[in-house]
Amino acid sequence: MATSSTVTKPRDILGSSALRPDGAHKVQGSFEFTSDMHAENMLWGATLRSPHPYARIVSIDTSAALALSGVQCVITASDVPGKPTYGLISSDQPVFAQDFVRYMGEPVAAVAADHPETCRRALALINVVYEVLNPLTDPEDAVSGAHDPIHPDGNIIRHQRIIRGDQTATGPIVVEGEYVIGMQDQAFLGLEAALAIPDPDGLGVHLHVATQWLHEDLSQISACLDLPAEKVRLTLGGVGGAFGAREDISLQVHCCLLALKAGRPIKMQYSREESFFGHVHRHPATIFMRHHADANGKIIKIDARFVFDGGAYTSTSPAVLINGITHTQGPYKCDNATVDGYAVRTNNPPCGAMRGFGVVQACFAHESQMDKIAAAVGKSPVEVRLINAMVTGDPLITGQIMESVAPVARCITETDVIPLPEPLGTTVNELALPGGSGLTASRSNIVRGIGWGVSMKNLMYSEGFDDYATARCILKDGVASLKFATSEVGQGFVTLAPQIARSVLGVDEVIIEPIDTQIGSAGSTSASRQTWMSGGAVDGACRLVRERLFHHVGKMHDIDPLRLVIDGTDVVDQLGTFRISVADSSDGIEISETFEHHHRATEELDENGQGNCHTAFAFVAHRAVVDVDPELGLVKVVQIATAQDVGRVLNPLSAIGQLEGGIAQGLGLAVMEEIVMKDGKVRNPSFTDYLLPTALDAPDVIAVMIEEYEPQAPLGAKGIGEPPCISVTPAIVAAIRNAIGKDIERIPVRPQDICL
Amino acid sequence: MSANEFYSLRVNGKTHQVQDSWVGESLLYVLRERLGLPGTKGACEQGECGSCTVLMDDAAVCACLVMAATAINSEIVTVEGITTDSTLTDVQQSFVDEGAVQCGFCTPGLIVAVHHLLEKNPQPSEFEVKEAISGNICRCTGYGRVFAAVEATIRSRNAGK
Repeated sequence: MATSSTVTKPRDILGSSALRPDGAHKVQGSFEFTSDMHAENMLWGATLRSPHPYARIVSIDTSAALALSGVQCVITASDVPGKPTYGLISSDQPVFAQDFVRYMGEPVAAVAADHPETCRRALALINVVYEVLNPLTDPEDAVSGAHDPIHPDGNIIRHQRIIRGDQTATGPIVVEGEYVIGMQDQAFLGLEAALAIPDPDGLGVHLHVATQWLHEDLSQISACLDLPAEKVRLTLGGVGGAFGAREDISLQVHCCLLALKAGRPIKMQYSREESFFGHVHRHPATIFMRHHADANGKIIKIDARFVFDGGAYTSTSPAVLINGITHTQGPYKCDNATVDGYAVRTNNPPCGAMRGFGVVQACFAHESQMDKIAAAVGKSPVEVRLINAMVTGDPLITGQIMESVAPVARCITETDVIPLPEPLGTTVNELALPGGSGLTASRSNIVRGIGWGVSMKNLMYSEGFDDYATARCILKDGVASLKFATSEVGQGFVTLAPQIARSVLGVDEVIIEPIDTQIGSAGSTSASRQTWMSGGAVDGACRLVRERLFHHVGKMHDIDPLRLVIDGTDVVDQLGTFRISVADSSDGIEISETFEHHHRATEELDENGQGNCHTAFAFVAHRAVVDVDPELGLVKVVQIATAQDVGRVLNPLSAIGQLEGGIAQGLGLAVMEEIVMKDGKVRNPSFTDYLLPTALDAPDVIAVMIEEYEPQAPLGAKGIGEPPCISVTPAIVAAIRNAIGKDIERIPVRPQDICL
Repeated sequence: MSANEFYSLRVNGKTHQVQDSWVGESLLYVLRERLGLPGTKGACEQGECGSCTVLMDDAAVCACLVMAATAINSEIVTVEGITTDSTLTDVQQSFVDEGAVQCGFCTPGLIVAVHHLLEKNPQPSEFEVKEAISGNICRCTGYGRVFAAVEATIRSRNAGK
């Protein structure tokens, strides 16, 4: 080749599809997940769990386990030196059960030994005598008081009403339904894991852990260990997905306790079965809704009653309840509402955060109702949604004014124009049919349906929580170093943060320092909040650094700093000819700034559910096309069309990944995924029996991102993680109803719900 | 543990001595905990999720279902042995470029599965791709970017012919 050309690589700034900095390691298998960690002289830890949903502990005898060769120590509730309980909102969950076990799988003891198999044998040698009690498994028994309290704090975790407008309003159209949502598991792939290394003096511990919120873990762990916070250091280990399941404490305290007791590093990692018992799940819920509408289908009033089954301990149930009931109306105008909501305690597994956080449940109910209104007034699902579509400035049923950009109608219309898939051919690959391979469905039986779902989702935390994130930026010799405690769980903040620094500071080389508790909190990687919150913190820190750089350059070159800007990779005088690269401009000095980003204050709800309780909102529409075999009850989701309100796309590749991934999880809840409970016992704690969408279940996704810059957001971008999984579920169920002409009010839709 | 089993395994072209092993250990455990090859991941321990996909005598298997001591006469290839080069293979590069990696836990298994697919069937149809990786669960991506990565690899291989 005689000629050569210079290819200029586009800079990985905001708006570009910058690639993951950890991508190469992840495809080579060299990225270190927490479960890959080792330490010298390490032992393994394991947890003994209750086989009963509700029982009194009569006695625990650990002597046989302790006598087993290879066992270092066994710990129970009496070995917890500090606070015996923990919890995100209410500290009501024991580190180890002491007097009672309140759910199947509740931790009772833990062992440390030289091999995972030794641990398993030791657990089998711990003799716990239980007096089995009658479990509370029906949430309605908790509401009615029909069952004695199963916990000193009682069986009602939280009750909240929303009373809005004319309580007697009614309309010519009245539709109602009682909707049931099953218990979904986050089913991240990377099982719970931690490595705890005790300090040589035994007075502190360093925990490497896969978590969503390092600082919240730190405060709960240090209280249970009775150690000052500075004696407990947390470093984020590689995290294999989260989706809400790593917001609560699971093995953190156990692992630290074993390490401190053994005086040796302890590694714990759950099996898949244990993982089903070791973390919270999405709340099962029963939701009654009655909509009053006028003859055009315009909503006049909504009556609703929510019961969320919180399981044995509080976790985040109070917040999930509020999210659920405050989203009763969905993305639609509504002036009058009567809503009653309960989050209750039962002897079912504890439920807490999962992607969508209470809004998933509400959305299935309100979207099912919208289709009933459409049918009652003879309008299409699209028409009735457009008639009711909310706009910025509308009051919500909490009295809060919708201040976020609210392109609800655009989400619907832009989804509506996405082409429908080709009709199913007369001869078709069996893998394309419901049920997939094995020739379970025959082509001639298949009927196709189309359905809609539209949703509103609050972003970030609510109800007066002082939500903030911290970041530090250090600039030296044209290299920016970023420090934050933001959990990278796969969502891609480690990709975004350098994009922000490159955009603000004009540098190309950005280093991310270890993610740990050696800086202020970043809050949780949840609630669609880290791009907004930690993104805002990184942006703020970089802007402070830039300001100081301009002062330095101004002083060195006798230019008013206010005239300086960064253009690409150079500092430039806007009013003159001066230009110097960022790398050269700082003359070897180091500029370090730390910034805390707080979102605006929110309020608690009053007794009538009125108050500015949420921070901001995002919207999305989904249209589902399904093929159904009505005789076998099998469903194939063919296509999902979606238009999502994103504010601004900061990384197109990351964004589409969030949309497609969320859609698959919503598909799972629609037709596959449920933790099956019987009498308080989990019947399917494995990937053999808990079905997850595979590559063959994945629909074609056609996505449009609606970019209307959100003025409240530091980068103009809304959180995009949760909306994709919310309204896709009701859209799929609506498509099934449309295909078979039968009402279905329960998710996941099981074959028997279709064919019987 | 009673620990007196000695055997050797052929992994990524090298012979590894396995010492002090309990005979019940799975190939997944031995690769990760005894041979220092943690690239192979465990996520279900039942052969359902494919995170531990390795090649055993040129067949893609779940290492969690193979008792290590029964693999003594087999040639095993893990994600670490997909290439002897330090640079990425075309499949690996496509996974990075096309956004097929989020949390990355399923990724090593998928990389092995896709390499195996394209080795056996260089021009797979859409359904052949989906079927080939339907044993590899990914919880983050919804598979869209994974399909894009496989398609990109096939395109670049075809263009390079």
